[in-house]
Amino acid sequence: MQKRLLFNSKLLNITISRLCQHLIENHGDFSDSVILGMQPRGIYLAERIKKSLQKQLNKEVPLGYLDTTFHRDDFRRRDIPKTPNQTKVPFIIEDKNVILIDDVLYTGRTVRAALDAMTMFGRPSKVELLVLIDRMYCRDIPVEANYVGRKVNTILSQHVLVELAEQGKKDNIWLINDPE
Amino acid sequence: MSQLKSKHLLGIKNLDREEIELIFETADNFKDVLNRPIKKVPSLRDVTVANVFFENSTRTRLSFELAEKRLSADVINFSSSSSSVKKGETLLDTVNNILAMKVDMIVMRHSSPGAPHFLSKHINANIINAGDGTHEHPTQALLDSFSIREKTGSVAGKKVVIVGDILHSRVALSNIFALQKLGAEVMVCGPATLLPKHIASLGVKVELDIRKALEWCDVANVLRIQLERQKMRYFPSLREYSLYYGIDKQLLDSLDKEIVIMHPGPINRGVELTSDVADSDHAIILDQVENGVAIRMAVLYLLAGKVG
Repeated sequence: MQKRLLFNSKLLNITISRLCQHLIENHGDFSDSVILGMQPRGIYLAERIKKSLQKQLNKEVPLGYLDTTFHRDDFRRRDIPKTPNQTKVPFIIEDKNVILIDDVLYTGRTVRAALDAMTMFGRPSKVELLVLIDRMYCRDIPVEANYVGRKVNTILSQHVLVELAEQGKKDNIWLINDPE
Repeated sequence: MSQLKSKHLLGIKNLDREEIELIFETADNFKDVLNRPIKKVPSLRDVTVANVFFENSTRTRLSFELAEKRLSADVINFSSSSSSVKKGETLLDTVNNILAMKVDMIVMRHSSPGAPHFLSKHINANIINAGDGTHEHPTQALLDSFSIREKTGSVAGKKVVIVGDILHSRVALSNIFALQKLGAEVMVCGPATLLPKHIASLGVKVELDIRKALEWCDVANVLRIQLERQKMRYFPSLREYSLYYGIDKQLLDSLDKEIVIMHPGPINRGVELTSDVADSDHAIILDQVENGVAIRMAVLYLLAGKVG
């Protein structure tokens, strides 16, 4: 099994602080903006971004967890149904600028489901997408990210393995070649 | 574990502990959905469910129908009182006719024990047993255990007494299976005439004295006296039953601890429970009803993953 390291801990931290700078540039003091981490791994990334933003802005940045399981379009088309995770959005997103956060952007279908799931909590005035890794040229749906940690050119027989400290592992993100 | 082993839910007997816990974890998420301003998710939008009720029901049918609608399934309702069953059609023919209209799942209540098991051998659709005679009522037992878990933190290690008409109760049998699988201790309590002969062989304690039973337990699940199923008289009068087995405030206050009171409904007020008990803080009867929708959504969701 061949694998290539895309992010180690150091690079991940640098990338997150760069993404935060970019967010502050566009959202100012976050008085009209909220961040939504997508379950399961987007929430860890969102927590880190929230922490980094709060340190720089010196104020609370609202964060919610969004689970898209019940809104997916591949339910009953997978062999094993996806296990749902907790959705925790303790605020109304009506008229807010929402930043969706996920680890990997691949086909775009999860983002489509997230856009759907989000409407349960109001009509946002604007939605943006932040991802750590953008797998280019793999989209099934016309969805693109506004903030990207790293663009990677991949093929179908590869997958991205995200290991984060929050899961009890070392921060490492790999691009793995699946065995034929 | 992320899926159920069977494509049907016929009873608790065939489920294992991990499967019950999977249903509970899924129901936690649906309970969360039900507490949002918009209580609907699109998961089952291409699934059609038929609620086939050969026996009367209010709560269970409404609860299933709500669960289906909140999952965005298409729903058709069928009740035997207004159907061709009266004209002599067999169960299999009736259901096959419904299935010919491209229905994916059947929720069935029937007065004969084993009716859903019989159907499951002959048809392709997923079947959920919503009560078969005096046999099983799996979703009720799931929501009862789920409510105990919610109220007390866990089912394991709890002492639960099931009070009343055990002989005619499908709720009792399903509850005994579910509670035991989840690690609770179970006792049944009622007049000797309403306890099945070999009930102790299921591994439950048997107690004839309601006071002793309540002193022993953490949770009392009080069943309804099912007069409509009783073909002979099992006790002299309702008044005598309520004198010996009815639970009133005085009895609860005389215990040295607080116990949780449950009832699957409909309550015969003044018979099994007095009004002040049914409406007290001890009782979680309406929480059970609320949890019923979440549990049924979880079951429908997990089984729908296996359609086709």
